[in-house]
Amino acid sequence: MGEVIVVTSGKGGVGKTTTAANIGCGLAVSGKKVSLVDADIGLRNLDVVMGLENRIVYDLVDVVEGKCKLKQALIKDKRYAGLYLLPAAQTRDKDAVSPEQMKKLCENLKEEEFDYIIIDCPAGIEQGFKNAIAGADRALVVTTPEVSAVRDADRIIGLLEANELNNPSLILNRVRTDMVERNEMMSMDDVTEILAVDIIGVVPDDESIVIQTNKGEPAVVVEGSKAGQAYRNITRRILGEEVPFMNLKEEETFFSKLKKLFKK
Amino acid sequence: MFDILGFLRKKEPASGSVAKDRLKLVLVHDRVNCSSQVLEMLKGDIIKVISNYMEIDEDELDINITQTRSEDNKGTVPVLYANIPIKSMKRKSSDD
Repeated sequence: MGEVIVVTSGKGGVGKTTTAANIGCGLAVSGKKVSLVDADIGLRNLDVVMGLENRIVYDLVDVVEGKCKLKQALIKDKRYAGLYLLPAAQTRDKDAVSPEQMKKLCENLKEEEFDYIIIDCPAGIEQGFKNAIAGADRALVVTTPEVSAVRDADRIIGLLEANELNNPSLILNRVRTDMVERNEMMSMDDVTEILAVDIIGVVPDDESIVIQTNKGEPAVVVEGSKAGQAYRNITRRILGEEVPFMNLKEEETFFSKLKKLFKK
Repeated sequence: MFDILGFLRKKEPASGSVAKDRLKLVLVHDRVNCSSQVLEMLKGDIIKVISNYMEIDEDELDINITQTRSEDNKGTVPVLYANIPIKSMKRKSSDD
């Protein structure tokens, strides 16, 4: 029986869509059958981050309204075996779907024998959020080490627990280790202490995310990408493996030592 | 540049620690307000317990969550502040 994982945050722009895309892709590359679901109706982005924007024929709202079958709306990613995307509608809004309909959709996806169904939740705490969590078995909360993001993550964790999605796992995104070392950015320990949830991954702030998103290819399959490596680790942890956290310190090269000398 | 007065001036704490302290306080407020009745229920319970031992002025009392300098002076901590004017002490507690 498949597992429905919702990727949420409260705050916008902290990396939910990027995380959903990379985890989904990572799981597919590990041999699982994965369906990505974009629950951000009206502001869809999972399609463009995955580079599948030209293949959309039907979307989630069409399925829920009975205009097409689920199989017709699911886009099979030709690059990664086992990976499918159910895109959101762009010209409707969050009221087009109800939590009951989302629950039914998740059940139908489980019947299609997906191992994992990854739901990209929209920002906020209103209808979009309620829809996205309706069919979920488990939640991943994404935050950055910034005051506003952590505050919103706390609120979201409270709402998840009120909806019986207990023990969400935390992903700390866009960490800049150089700033953490100078105590100008909160660390993984600071954030987990404040939020009191288990952390499942730390993703460094990495240019390769911008570059890969430009190309429409997830970073998780790129060997040299540090963020990609972090997502590969998170994928393994989701699959039950114990993986030590990456050492995010920048390796000192002779050139970087020279740069530091001149900065003083 | 050689900052003569620099070492005399008190060093500002790094922003990471400031962020942590601020967040802790903000979240205490948020969590209490979110369950929205929690502070009211807490007030009610406190009044009930104290009223077993003394008569208090329920209109003038002030119970709130605020912050204060922590003991090791490394930041601030959230505190439950209660100012409860006593009208009179009861001769014996009311649940005797």
